[in-house]
Amino acid sequence: MFDGYTTSELSAIFAMQGFAGLSLFSVYVLMALGLAIIFGQMGVINMAHGEFMILGAYVTYLVSIFFAEYMPILFGAYFFLAMILAFVASGLLGMAVEWAMIRHLYKRPLDTLLATWGLSLILQQIYRSTFGAREVGVSIPDWMMGSIALTDLVEIPINGLFVMAVTLIIATGVGVMMYRSLWGRQVRAVVQNRTMAGAVGIDTGRTDRLTFGIGCGIAGVAGSAFTMIGSTGPTAGQLYIVDTFLVVVFGGAASLLGTIASAFTISQTQSILEFFLSGSMAKVLTLLTVVGILMLRPQGLFSLKLRK
Amino acid sequence: MTKRPDTETVVTGPSRRGVLMGATAAAMTASLFTPKSLRAADFPTAEVNTTGLAVTDDAVTIGILHSITGTMSISETGSVQAEKLAIEQINAQGGILGRKIEYIQEDGASDWPTFAEKSRKLLVNDKVASVMGCWTSASRKAVLPVFEQHNGFLYYPTFYEGLEQSPNVIYTGQEATQQIIAGLDWVAKEKGAETFYLLGSDYIWPRTSNKIARKHIENFLGKKVLGEEYYPLGHTQFNSVINKIRLRKPDVIYAIVVGGSNVAFYKQLKAAGIDMTEESPLLLTISVTEDEIRGIGGENIEGAYACMKYFQSLDNENNVEFVSAFKEMWGEDMVIGDVTQAAYLGPWLYKAAVEKAGSFDVDKVREASPGIELTTAPEGYVKVHENHHLWSKTRVGRAQADGQYEVVFETADLVEPDPFPEGYQ
Repeated sequence: MFDGYTTSELSAIFAMQGFAGLSLFSVYVLMALGLAIIFGQMGVINMAHGEFMILGAYVTYLVSIFFAEYMPILFGAYFFLAMILAFVASGLLGMAVEWAMIRHLYKRPLDTLLATWGLSLILQQIYRSTFGAREVGVSIPDWMMGSIALTDLVEIPINGLFVMAVTLIIATGVGVMMYRSLWGRQVRAVVQNRTMAGAVGIDTGRTDRLTFGIGCGIAGVAGSAFTMIGSTGPTAGQLYIVDTFLVVVFGGAASLLGTIASAFTISQTQSILEFFLSGSMAKVLTLLTVVGILMLRPQGLFSLKLRK
Repeated sequence: MTKRPDTETVVTGPSRRGVLMGATAAAMTASLFTPKSLRAADFPTAEVNTTGLAVTDDAVTIGILHSITGTMSISETGSVQAEKLAIEQINAQGGILGRKIEYIQEDGASDWPTFAEKSRKLLVNDKVASVMGCWTSASRKAVLPVFEQHNGFLYYPTFYEGLEQSPNVIYTGQEATQQIIAGLDWVAKEKGAETFYLLGSDYIWPRTSNKIARKHIENFLGKKVLGEEYYPLGHTQFNSVINKIRLRKPDVIYAIVVGGSNVAFYKQLKAAGIDMTEESPLLLTISVTEDEIRGIGGENIEGAYACMKYFQSLDNENNVEFVSAFKEMWGEDMVIGDVTQAAYLGPWLYKAAVEKAGSFDVDKVREASPGIELTTAPEGYVKVHENHHLWSKTRVGRAQADGQYEVVFETADLVEPDPFPEGYQ
């Protein structure tokens, strides 16, 4: 397959392919972080995760229209505001959902699966009725499109860099909050032993609501960032949900580090295989690898050491 | 949906001239309207409907069966709108055999068993005289046994992979060879393309189409295919394949990516620095209509070529009237893609077939269908072939930043439909 190419051409391709792998990695981390918090820390199987992401994407769409209409000068910067608003909107919706639905189901994890799946269908139909069945086109500021030419042959897409930067910031933020803040300690306490956490004075209900809200908010940010690389439509969330669960489960549900390690493993495997095989075959082999490893290590790559 | 008031100024479509003249010169109406506006009294229900269809002295009921919920609603909404527009226009000029068209709309909900169930309901309970419907091949395959068992009559609008010819279906979209061959010939001849990279979503339509494309490229054009690849439906990360394309340096990327993947593919192609306006490589697609560009964003696909039979920008009288009528009914910001136009033909072809047969009976309509001509089609003149597909022209359009296509090529003659192409299997 590499006959007739010069060394510089080949190294350029491998550099770009390496970057493609890294950018797939950051996409996986970004979409899985919110779920890692909700599923990993709270044990809630949130089938509506993709729809929370798409809410973020629609918020971005609305903000872009607003800026194009009223503040065209600032259009280049609208994306940052959009991401913040996406976080707030998805987070608030998440908290409302937790209050109305999820908190009644903490003892029945399988029912949350059904309930959140129903929620995902409801949200999809709401998006469809509000924004129409067709995908909407989110116009991205010019400076975020295109690529940086590092050499004559190596071109790095700017939106890939942007997603990486967002991922890095959010992942660091979540890590700091989880392991350095009061909220993080409370979350971890509630995860480890709900009754004891309540006994020492932690408001477990509030902690749950906030955790769910933050998880959904991060999903919103992910959805907002993905308007650059993917589609924004009522059912676009479904495109992400399987991969998201795959990353979280493979990493070991309760471990944030595991999520990152698993995103790295899956994205690199996939991206290397995709280069040498056809797309569908690469996916099949990636999934087979994941299944194989999960058979040997059902708890995922990383797991919390807990006395059960 | 806004209902249009029944005044003569808003009656648009193929008959505008006739209707306007009719309004001013009422005395001449009778002669002007024939054969378009037939009187129901001349065609007694007992004679035109011998098989118990839902046809009365003043109305005929047909079915509309598309997904208006679920993932496919994104594509099928346009078809429903076009069919309703055609029905309204036909009614405005007197209906079919003097009978108004009434419709019963059912939702296939993007679920193939639901399509089968709803089609059974339409045919058995409602006794509809014909059905405008389906979009995906999967849904058509699901309803096919029902239509054949109950002798229903379906007008199917989507371009599809061919390899089918049912006595109970009229295919108003292109089968694969009509959409593929002329485009490849054009790109080889006009653009001097020597090498191709085939790419598609992983299901029957892209695979069958690429199979035909590969045979044509290798056996008939004598050019080279550098790679052929499929990605699962809904795949959103195309960086690897874009790198592979860079490595192989084909003259043409032949892309049949669909749905949400489409948006991701073109956005990432643009972001990777492949500028399609420079045509190196050139991109030719058969899966992106104006509808899809709305989601992709015109600036992301500018410069790509698409091979279709219809583009909204077609410059002919029929199309100008069709586009303005469509926008008037459904909103100024509507765009019209290839399939939407094909769906619009369904009710008109049905009207023509019934009036040629002088009967609503399915067997007679079927018999009358081949040879039906439509001079008022927005795409221009079309004709129904013996094999129930349409003779139509193939066109190549170039995507503009505003989301429209500029037509750069059209075949001189109508292209014969060939659902079972020899030498391509």
